[in-house]
This record gives sequence, structure tokens and C-alpha cells, in this order.
Amino acid sequence: MSDEMMDEGGVVKKFMYVNRKAPHGTIYALESLEVVLIAAAFDQDVSLVFVDDGVYQLMKEQKTDGIEVKNFSPTYRALEMYDIEKLYVEKESLDARGLTTDDLLVPVEVMSAAEMADLMAQQDVVLSF
Amino acid sequence: MLHTVNKSPFERNALKSCLEHARDGDVVLLIEDGVIGALDNTEFTAMVKAKMGTVKICALAPDLEARGVSSKALAGIELVDFGGFVDLAAENGPVQAWL
Repeated sequence: MSDEMMDEGGVVKKFMYVNRKAPHGTIYALESLEVVLIAAAFDQDVSLVFVDDGVYQLMKEQKTDGIEVKNFSPTYRALEMYDIEKLYVEKESLDARGLTTDDLLVPVEVMSAAEMADLMAQQDVVLSF
Repeated sequence: MLHTVNKSPFERNALKSCLEHARDGDVVLLIEDGVIGALDNTEFTAMVKAKMGTVKICALAPDLEARGVSSKALAGIELVDFGGFVDLAAENGPVQAWL
């Protein structure tokens, strides 16, 4: 941890987690979620964005018993309790997959790719999964 | 011949390449993130539909269920379980895995 962050009151930086992979086929989605939960302890300004196949991470009714892996999707609903409330989903990604916010298990803000690009440019740190 | 595809068509071109190489009467089984290729109303639905007349297209049901997309599977795609996967391999060998 930098001296800067150790100062009284701390320095709040803007962290963005970019999720681009479908869940379960690779470990990216779960790893991202674990890092987000750890980072939540540091009281930073956190945004989660879901683009490309990352939008599938938020699908309702995921039932993983049949493939014997952990179903971590309910955790997205718990993020609010960690004061992580900025969840953004890219409209173009939903459209390409025939999905709407009705398919998703948490409330999100839908934004265009151009709006998301602006949001990315405002961050101090961008972590990609 | 049985072809398996385990990558999302949005992520890699495995499904496209597989369908281009599948011959009449072949079977294509979508597994893992490959089941995204079995879904209706996506940018890849037309590509899959175009092959359904000549190639049998199947998807592994537990992988659809895990991703919460069972209800979005394209009509005409045959859903199989792990036992069905084994049967397909036994009946249609050799198996080509498109990674």
C-alpha cells in the first residue's frame, strides 16, 4: 500500500473492473468477483462494467449443479451490501445477444459503448477480466 | 463424425469454422461456453440455423442450465445430458474438438 493511501482519511481512487467473459467456461468471472470483494474492504470508488460475453455473468436462474461448479451468481446481488452499487452493462453487448435487463439478476445502468468509453477514461485504475 | 465446440462464438471463430467444415449428416455438439452458439436471437443465430437442415446440432443441457439460458435455446437444437454426450461420441466417431 502506498504512503499516499496510508494518510489519515485515505485517498479514494476510482477503480473499474471490466468483465468480458461468459461465466463457468473459464475462471475469469469468479476471479473478478473475488478481487472486487477483497477490494471492497478498502473503501474505494468501485465500478463494475459488463461488456461482450461478460453480460452473461448476470443472467438470472443460473443452476450449476449439473456441471458441478460453484454458482457464484447470487453474489452479484450481495454487492450492494459492500457498497458496490455502480454496475454498468453495455447496450451493444445486450443487443448482439438478444438480451434485455429483464434477463439480468441485478439492477444495472445500461450505457452505450461511447458512454462506457468515457467512463473508462475517468478511472484511476482499470482491471480487466 | 462428431464435432464439439466449447467456445462462445462471440469469443472465438471455432463455431464458424466447425460449421464450415461439417459435412452433411455430421453432428455438432455445443458444450461449455460453446452453448452460447445454441441461443436464439443472437448475432450468430442465423449462421447456426442455416446449417440445421443438413447437420444435427446438439447442446449439453447442464451447460445451458449453468448459464441460465435453457429457455433461450434455439428450437430444433437437441439437448443432451452427459450420458447423451457419450452416446453421440460412441455412435458418431471420430470426434473433432474445435477449441
